[in-house]
Amino acid sequence: MGLKREVGLSAGLRYKGPGGYLTYILHRIGGLGMAIFITVHILASFVGGRTGGFLNGMYENWAFQIFIFFCALFHAINGLRITILDLFPKLIEYQPEAIWIEWAVFLPLFGLSAFVILRTALGG
Amino acid sequence: MTTKSRNLSIKQRGLTNFEAIMWIFTRLSALAIYGLILVGLIGALMMGAREQMNFADVMRWAFMPNVTHVQSTDLQDLNPWMSPFWKLTASALLLVATAHGVHGLVVIADDYIAGAGGRKFVRFLSVIMMVSLMGMGLWLIWTS
Repeated sequence: MGLKREVGLSAGLRYKGPGGYLTYILHRIGGLGMAIFITVHILASFVGGRTGGFLNGMYENWAFQIFIFFCALFHAINGLRITILDLFPKLIEYQPEAIWIEWAVFLPLFGLSAFVILRTALGG
Repeated sequence: MTTKSRNLSIKQRGLTNFEAIMWIFTRLSALAIYGLILVGLIGALMMGAREQMNFADVMRWAFMPNVTHVQSTDLQDLNPWMSPFWKLTASALLLVATAHGVHGLVVIADDYIAGAGGRKFVRFLSVIMMVSLMGMGLWLIWTS
């Protein structure tokens, strides 16, 4: 037992694997982001009052909206890809193609939404 | 081409231990979350969202169909939005998503905490976190 990695942090950050590596780390960032901020949201709503109102006010900030929407949308689309490929294991041979489809769905949806959020925030 | 273990069907792999059961639970709960969000989305459109809400408000409702999420909209009548059906849907979404998310945190923690004692502690914490989040969430849903 125990971790025995021969890789430093900087080397770890510079690692670039195939397509699945990027989706893996973004899936993890997205899941972690949602877990942290939904926990805060439930706690803040439960506590209520000024503290709760302050914490929930975060959700009205456009930068936060873009971040949390990235988390939710990427996690949802990548999760659907993982689910489909894992429930139909024969499809795993086509994982690179599945990841390309995933980006083709994610990028326009996220780009359009981020544009709308920004336009609403900056255009008043 | 020889069959790799990852290409085996789910039946052939067997779901015998906790990790394997949670592996399939994560996939199936993801599908359930998709389904519940779709129910919320369609329900909102049936209850007047087309004319009285913008798309961001519809999505906020779909991600958690709780009446507090539509209070700031132009909706004329909030009563259909707080029916027992929506409280049950929201509760189901809360329970499934909390279990899915907390197990995800355990999976991430396991990548960094490899000792048996540490992993036991992570599981202990995760159960406390899951139960308290479910409790607070249910209270919020059924009292709003």
